[in-house]
Amino acid sequence: MKRRDLFALLPLPALAQSDEALQRFSGGRPLREGRVQLEVAPLVENGNAVPVTLRCEGAVRLALVAPQNPVVELASFRIGPFARPEVSTRIRMATSQTLVTLAETVDGQCWQQPVRVLVTLAACIEGESP
Amino acid sequence: MTRAIVNIGPVRANQAFEVRTLLQHPMENGQRSDENGKRIPRRIVTEVEVRFEGELAWSAMLGPGIAANPYLAFWLSLPSEGELLIDWRGDEGFSHRERVAIRFAP
Amino acid sequence: MTAWLLMLALAAPLRSGLEDMSPALQALQRDDSQNPGMLWVRQGEHLFGAQCQRCHAQPPSAKRFPALSEGKLMNLGQRINACRAPAPAWGSEAPELLALTAFLGHRERGQLVEAPKDAALQADLREGERLFRQPMGQLGLSCAQCHDGQAGRRLGGSVILQGHANGYPVYRLAWQDMGSLQRRLRGCMTGVRAEPFAADDPAWTLLELYLKQRGAGLPIEVPAVRP
Repeated sequence: MKRRDLFALLPLPALAQSDEALQRFSGGRPLREGRVQLEVAPLVENGNAVPVTLRCEGAVRLALVAPQNPVVELASFRIGPFARPEVSTRIRMATSQTLVTLAETVDGQCWQQPVRVLVTLAACIEGESP
Repeated sequence: MTRAIVNIGPVRANQAFEVRTLLQHPMENGQRSDENGKRIPRRIVTEVEVRFEGELAWSAMLGPGIAANPYLAFWLSLPSEGELLIDWRGDEGFSHRERVAIRFAP
Repeated sequence: MTAWLLMLALAAPLRSGLEDMSPALQALQRDDSQNPGMLWVRQGEHLFGAQCQRCHAQPPSAKRFPALSEGKLMNLGQRINACRAPAPAWGSEAPELLALTAFLGHRERGQLVEAPKDAALQADLREGERLFRQPMGQLGLSCAQCHDGQAGRRLGGSVILQGHANGYPVYRLAWQDMGSLQRRLRGCMTGVRAEPFAADDPAWTLLELYLKQRGAGLPIEVPAVRP
């Protein structure tokens, strides 16, 4: 599936931001689908702290993009010679969306993997301030 | 009162091990407003650097989309014992450092 | 293991909010290297050493609260404030108080919540139960109506929990912060369009006492993680 097809259904601003983010990561090189993995629950009950794990054999860089978030670039990681290409963290998801994991492998190739995540919303909205 | 928790399992020479870090930080994303409708400015951790014996081993650039009290776990494989330095830096001059002495398990 | 068996023996239908969370969130709570609440537990440990250890050689028990102290019903936070007097009292959401109550509560993690047996507490217990069953706010809903009557069913996308207090102070994802039982109950009351009690109203501690009886037999989960 081409990158264009992937984002065909998104509203324009999200499309533009994500596209830029992907371009920035790859520096204009082709972004092939595959190799990089994202471990994340397919359904999360709260978008405030979603555990994720990024993994890609041979990666020197890893990144995660959330096209529907106000700021789409969530994080990027540099894997140095003493490190292994696996990272876990917790992200914020503004809404259900297709996250895009990115990787650059040691041979200079760039990879992407889309993963759809559904975010449910709590029904009891408290509206309290901290 | 900044506190970080760093958890490392047993380490052996040239064997991959996980470093799990938790940092207390609100990661204020700059999207929220206070009771008077005034926008609360962004205040996040923007970068993390991990050095082993002075050499950069791993680094991260973080955006406002990383959850509050950031959890970052990564894997290292080290040839020798030595000092691990973890530095967090962010908005408003935020910085925090944790020093971990890496010693090999028998 | 024993904790779970005892729980089954005492009250089969008792269910902690933990059990209704996704596997990912359950794992988050159970892993001390990932549970954000542990940051407060650590802080509490430091604070205890710096400020309390001069009198308390051993950290006192948290699970016996709410209890009668100096003739008044007090929860752990209020007891800590009484200890510190004449220093200005910490509010229920003061980071120091959350840290200390998290540290003390965590030491008894895994032990079971005990029903308040003290004869002197029985009148307060009945008052706490009365508050729990009292309809409130614009929607005229009582705690009991949802959390006894409808627990296990769904409100919107979420399961209605039994509403136990065995994990406080909790790290709540919605707050992205640690918070006290009072904070949670305050949010609930706002949620049913009721005016929350004033911060120093004895009603909060009375409810806490009743919730303790209601949750007796559940394992203490401090610091719990909740959505």
